Amino acid sequence: MANEVCFRNLDLDRPWLLDQYQRRGGYEMITRILKDQVAPSQIIDEVKKSGLRGRGGAGFPTGLKWSFINRDLPGAKYIVCNSDEGEPGTFKDRDILRYNPHALIEGMVIAGYAVGANAGFNYIRGEFWEPYERFEAALEEARKAGFLGKDILGSGFDFALYSHLGAGAYICGEETALLESIEGKKGQPRYKPPFPAQFGLYGRPTIINNTESLASVPEILRNGGEWFRDLGVENSGGSKLFSISGNVSRPGNYEIPMGTPFAELLEMAGGVRGGRELKAVIPGGSSAPVIPGDQMLGLNMDYDSIAQAGSMLGSGAVIVMDDTNCMVKVLERMSYFYYEESCGQCTPCREGTGWMYRVVHRIEQGEGRQEDLELLDDVAAKIQGRTICALGDAAAMPVAGMLKHFRDEFQYHIDHKKCMVG
Amino acid sequence: MPGSPKAKLETVAYHLNGSAINARPGETILESAARHGVEIPHLCHKPGLRPDGNCRACLVEIEGERVLAIACCRRPTPGMAVRSDSERARRSQRLVLELLRSDVSGTPQDSANELGQWCQRLAIAKPRFPEGPQPPADLSHPAIAVRLDACIQCTRCLRACREIQVNDVIGYAHRGAASRIVFDLDALLRTSSCVGCGECVQACPTSALAPAGASRFAAPEKAVDSLCPYCGVGCQLRLQVKDNRILRVEGRAGPANQGRLCIKGRFGFDYVQHRERLTRPLVRRDGVAKTPNPDFTADLRRVFREATWEEAMQRAAAGFRDISERHGPHSLAGFGSAKGSNEEAYLFQKLIRTGFHSNNVDHCTRLCHASSVAALMQMIGSGAVSNPVADVRKAEVILVIGSNTTENHPVAASFMKNAAHAGKTLIVMDPRRTALARHADYFLQFRPDTDVAMLNGMMQTLIEEDLTNDEFIASRTTGFAALKAHLAAFPAERVAPICGISARTLRQVARVYAGSRGSMIFWGMGISQHVHGTDNARCLINLALLTGQIGRPGSGLHPLRGQNNVQGASDAGLIPMVFPDYQRVDEPEARRRFESLWGAPLDARPGLTVVEIMHAIGDADATDRIRGMYIMGENPAMSDPNLPHARHALSRLDHLVVQDIFPTETVFYADVVLPASAFPEKTGSFTNTDRRVQLGRQALAPPGEARADLEILVDMARHLGLDWQYAHPRAVFEEMRRAMPSMAGITWERLEREGSVTYPCRREGDPGEEVLFGEVFPTADGKGHFAAAPFSRAAELPDAEFPWILITGRRLEHWHTGAMTRRSRVLDAIQPAPTVDLHPTDLDRLAAGTGDPLRIRSRRGEVVAYARADPGMQPGQVHLPFCYREAAANLLTIDALDPDGKIPEFKFCAVRIEPA
Repeated sequence: MANEVCFRNLDLDRPWLLDQYQRRGGYEMITRILKDQVAPSQIIDEVKKSGLRGRGGAGFPTGLKWSFINRDLPGAKYIVCNSDEGEPGTFKDRDILRYNPHALIEGMVIAGYAVGANAGFNYIRGEFWEPYERFEAALEEARKAGFLGKDILGSGFDFALYSHLGAGAYICGEETALLESIEGKKGQPRYKPPFPAQFGLYGRPTIINNTESLASVPEILRNGGEWFRDLGVENSGGSKLFSISGNVSRPGNYEIPMGTPFAELLEMAGGVRGGRELKAVIPGGSSAPVIPGDQMLGLNMDYDSIAQAGSMLGSGAVIVMDDTNCMVKVLERMSYFYYEESCGQCTPCREGTGWMYRVVHRIEQGEGRQEDLELLDDVAAKIQGRTICALGDAAAMPVAGMLKHFRDEFQYHIDHKKCMVG
Repeated sequence: MPGSPKAKLETVAYHLNGSAINARPGETILESAARHGVEIPHLCHKPGLRPDGNCRACLVEIEGERVLAIACCRRPTPGMAVRSDSERARRSQRLVLELLRSDVSGTPQDSANELGQWCQRLAIAKPRFPEGPQPPADLSHPAIAVRLDACIQCTRCLRACREIQVNDVIGYAHRGAASRIVFDLDALLRTSSCVGCGECVQACPTSALAPAGASRFAAPEKAVDSLCPYCGVGCQLRLQVKDNRILRVEGRAGPANQGRLCIKGRFGFDYVQHRERLTRPLVRRDGVAKTPNPDFTADLRRVFREATWEEAMQRAAAGFRDISERHGPHSLAGFGSAKGSNEEAYLFQKLIRTGFHSNNVDHCTRLCHASSVAALMQMIGSGAVSNPVADVRKAEVILVIGSNTTENHPVAASFMKNAAHAGKTLIVMDPRRTALARHADYFLQFRPDTDVAMLNGMMQTLIEEDLTNDEFIASRTTGFAALKAHLAAFPAERVAPICGISARTLRQVARVYAGSRGSMIFWGMGISQHVHGTDNARCLINLALLTGQIGRPGSGLHPLRGQNNVQGASDAGLIPMVFPDYQRVDEPEARRRFESLWGAPLDARPGLTVVEIMHAIGDADATDRIRGMYIMGENPAMSDPNLPHARHALSRLDHLVVQDIFPTETVFYADVVLPASAFPEKTGSFTNTDRRVQLGRQALAPPGEARADLEILVDMARHLGLDWQYAHPRAVFEEMRRAMPSMAGITWERLEREGSVTYPCRREGDPGEEVLFGEVFPTADGKGHFAAAPFSRAAELPDAEFPWILITGRRLEHWHTGAMTRRSRVLDAIQPAPTVDLHPTDLDRLAAGTGDPLRIRSRRGEVVAYARADPGMQPGQVHLPFCYREAAANLLTIDALDPDGKIPEFKFCAVRIEPA
């Protein structure tokens, strides 16, 4: 049971083309909705019923988010797709843009119809040049076929859709920084509230969803919310794309039902490369706290299971590490990433990420002091929940996780001024 | 109902640190806490700036919420329990301060450093974090020192620069820990597009941006609330004083400036300390003859010798008496000043009228808005503005014509820019593309001198398209039929080739102006300083009357007054044909009132205007040749048109008394020179462009023997045999209230208390009227009178010999003739030399480059100035500021006058240009 939603056309030749997408019922959903003038509330209810949660990492229920917009509010409203896939370890949205762009387009038109938006933007990560071109081509096909633009299929419903290529900043994956970036400003997160549903793109009500979330919508509606929900488990409806990387034999994207045991996913990926021992797993992108390998082997890939283990499912980026990895080095690399990618707007993140990196770096270099571990604990704890956006949390959580599970490696670095792993 | 608009207007009861407090509608936790005396650390927050919530020093704990909230952005909800003093909140606040301390080098020194203050209060010791690398200081700018090692990235400067002043210079570049405040694309401040307003300096909590010089850490002895001495906007400010010197200047939240200042107001006060200040009375040395072209750089002591006050005053008065006895009172004249206070202006005109017995008293209003006032008086019965600048907030459409507002009224311009960015429609019409045009929805760069044709074309559009306000026209105006008939000759298609603006645009702009719920017109010297200046202004008034765009908030007419007190000086009667409050000297009733108030006979004959006086000096045949003059704080040897003629006239005076603070060009023609007080050295009331009467308070003692102008005037009156007793400006103000019904209701005490009262304010306790003409116009019949304006051309058009058009104007950093600003170290360092603006293609045509000297000749004179390429100019036109003694633009200008306003045509004459 795999590849049922976003990857369902993967077996076709050049599945990104419009006629291939239509061969398996593509654009039937939006056609039916517009023809029958399906009540928007019915669509939103169906999405709610599906248990679909935001696939970008936050896991917020998609249907609920859609219901935050007052459809009858006059003036512009927007649908924005977040394809700024930047979380280290995550590469699933890239493949949706490459292999199933029309599912995303159809999902966005449906979302627009559901919330009363007549325009949408797909913000694509700056490095995704090839997926961007693929998506642009799909947009052109959809416009020509009349699935986008004015008076779609004679229904009177207008929906214009544009893609917007980013410029290489991780922070633009944060939804409000993304909106700023579309508006032509420096990508810096906004203070919330107000949330985008009230004050979004150009100050107008806006729904922002992840690529995978939106691309799942047509299939959800075709088969019904319950069908999707039942693919997964309690609280984690549907199937999901997992990007598995690191020390595995066959890294890649796997679309599998929520709740699949991690052990099964690892097996699909060919197991730990070279048959080495599984040391640790970061289960949901680099900001998710690390989980020791043996513990991970007992967990299932769903929101609750991972959360109970003290981490998070996040974007579904599973980073597998074998026993050759030095955890100090791993944390140093991750801390450097957040230090480099902090937007610099608020104090705890701007100063704190740099400061955390410098301390981890000096421990890694064998220049650490005993009090550094406490200091790291302290600062990480005080950054979390105190920044404008979640980047502060994202930077602090790996620190806390590493110190929790692999404190002895850090201690070894401080005591012996060298690495335990060798 | 939560969320309903009504709920937002109610106060919110909540708990802060265990005490029940109320937040006012819209107040944040931080603001309501501050009002209740609870201090929450904060750095990126500053009243007046948009809350940004970036420093996170104000973290508080809200009961029932997982994460901490920031008090500067969060608004309390009823019953909310907030703690700013819980251990969790305090620890977080302390971490933020500690992180910020580790981001700045050393320990904050200056007492005003907000980071230092908070660290002290929360007992933050040396940070545990290592200090990172620091950027070098940027000391390139004469006014502002940039030391980013003290910067905490709070972006208060950025918001001040972009959102308050809308100068868009400061940016926040790079990312994360490398984030840095930059100017433009990371330029040095001096080479950036910074206009030096210093709003960023005022906003900076850590002196990372500070006034250049050593004053950063000096603690002031006293702070004096006063006003800006420069333009008519009337900014309120606070002078920080130590050792009889001004350390620094901060904007106050006055009604006209809301805490804002421009470069002159903030950094242009050092002129008072200039070594050239006049500190002793001077009398001309025997045998030093007056010549039309004296060496203005000569040592003053060669021309004058020092005298006692008694000798100087006796000489001054004796000279006037002697001329009056031999040639009659009409051979004397006086120029008062729009830079002086209301009280000084009032006493000056009273002195001329009751001491000289002549109405020959005028001032530089003649040179700036005389034509506007003439048109306004004729058509709507009042020469002042109908609405304050602040009404741009209430307007939908803002039309600015003939005004380089960003340079001449920078703070007023900032409000216009705010309005434009808030979605109001800004229309800018000017032959030069100046900085304001960047913010405009419509910019009409019309041909100079074609205002009347263009504006008539817009009006004809309104008539053709039936967009006139017929109800307003019927009930509030007269003379529409005549105007309509006149306008028929001006269809937009016909005027388009004349003014250079397409008919389509003219029509569109006319529709936008007429169709809004509130349109304001602002205009400057570009309208008034023409031989058809009165006609230009008439067109604007016609436009307002035609559409009913007057008499409501956000809808009206605003001639932007130039000098800080040109409105007040005019109101006070520093005008040859009217007594105070515009009561005509040739009306017997008015004259009788003033004769009884002043206890002296008054001349019924209107006096001569500024340029007429200059003509009357030179005219040997005139029966009333002017032979003696008293000039207080004016500089006609720089400001008058056709200076060769004006200077010749000044040199021919038998007796000239000049009262000033510097040896201006005019001083070199004087017989007696009286050292006076600079703005911060005296107290008085001043009336800004909005009709707001405000108090300037003394902050410094005058240098040497220099005296307050009011004292000198009283002394002069006594020497002329008048029995004047005014112990304090307050006493003069009391008399003015009796002479001027429009401000009878304003008391000195109220001015001291409220700082600003708008007239008309007829009875004590009246709030003062900000918006006029809601019901009637103050004309005889209560109606507005249309006045058709024929299209005529400038007095001197370009020809083969003089093919260029010369437009005179100003530079942001310099004021009027430069007497003050060229003696301000900071301002003169930024604009040190005369420059002339030309279109780049014209420079190519002259085979000259930026900085090359160009010789500019007119039929009257010639100057040499350095070329500056300005793509905002139209080819064939040059702009020359008139503040430079070494290239005095008025040597070139023509003294042709507008027949009604008697204003000279500073904005248009023909010149020839060649590389020098």
